[in-house]
Amino acid sequence: MRIIVNGNEKQVKDHTSIATLLELVGVNPEQVVAEHKGTIVSPQHYHGTFLNDGDTIELIQFVGGG
Amino acid sequence: MSRQQIQIYLNERSLTIAAGMPLRDLQQQQCPEADLLIVNGYPCSDDHILAHQDRIVMICRGIAPQPQELEALMMARHTPGVHAKVKMARVGIAGAGGLGSAIAIALARTGIGFIRIADFDVVEPSNLNRQQYFIDQIGLPKVHALRDNLQRINPLVTVDSYYGKVTTNNLKELFADIDILVEAFDRADQKAMLANTFFRTFSEKYLVAASGMAGYEPGNTIRTRKINDRFYLCGDNLTAAGPGCGLMAPRVGIAAHHQANAVLRLILGEDPATQG
Repeated sequence: MRIIVNGNEKQVKDHTSIATLLELVGVNPEQVVAEHKGTIVSPQHYHGTFLNDGDTIELIQFVGGG
Repeated sequence: MSRQQIQIYLNERSLTIAAGMPLRDLQQQQCPEADLLIVNGYPCSDDHILAHQDRIVMICRGIAPQPQELEALMMARHTPGVHAKVKMARVGIAGAGGLGSAIAIALARTGIGFIRIADFDVVEPSNLNRQQYFIDQIGLPKVHALRDNLQRINPLVTVDSYYGKVTTNNLKELFADIDILVEAFDRADQKAMLANTFFRTFSEKYLVAASGMAGYEPGNTIRTRKINDRFYLCGDNLTAAGPGCGLMAPRVGIAAHHQANAVLRLILGEDPATQG
């Protein structure tokens, strides 16, 4: 299926969870905010939230420093 | 006002006086103890003849003005209407390092009514390359040092400090009574923890976070981005602090002031990120 990650199209397998997507794109789940279809998903739901064809997901990755 | 009278401003208050009056007479009338006379932004001798619309500031060196007068003086450069709004605002700042200390100072100078700062750290010598502390504050909890600095800058701001860690468990209690929370942590995982906990906990407040401000890349790469209606992110989103890329006062300051400006714009009902 085709999803939109940070504005870019990406092909992933059906039944891909947010946790799997983070692994695929190499994002540390402890350093990200994930916004799925306009709603911010709590990290404890990354494994249980599955993406559908056409879904948009924004991954806001934090980097250290402040 | 007759032809023989002119209007001037003395310490930001409007005053009608006789035309042709020398500054020295005004000083004798209004503020005989003043030892520094400023006319339209420049120190001036007391034989200056006052002109219509002159702005006069009389200062007694070393003596702090009374709170009410200080408030009028400090807010005189704000756009009309701004002060009343910022005075009512309640802002939380999570982290009192390079970002948090600079944000707090900008907001205190702006006249934000209530600021709560939370941090678990103490001032170390290595902090002084970018954080808004002084050598004689080394070893003090940052929240206590910052509270003291803010009080010296603007005693009209109520500052509440929490010396301890912000966690998933205490965030709700710590920031229940604020309108806008500023994320000013150092570590990426703590930034994400705060943001995720914030959106799980609160359904109406705003979060202004920061990511990417290390090193000395061009300042123009730091910007304010809108993630959603309640979530704004300042920084270049890229440059992590690490070996070979330290945190320095200019870019940390730029990011901090993007955050402070985002807070101010939210308070004034403006979108912090409309300029792309």
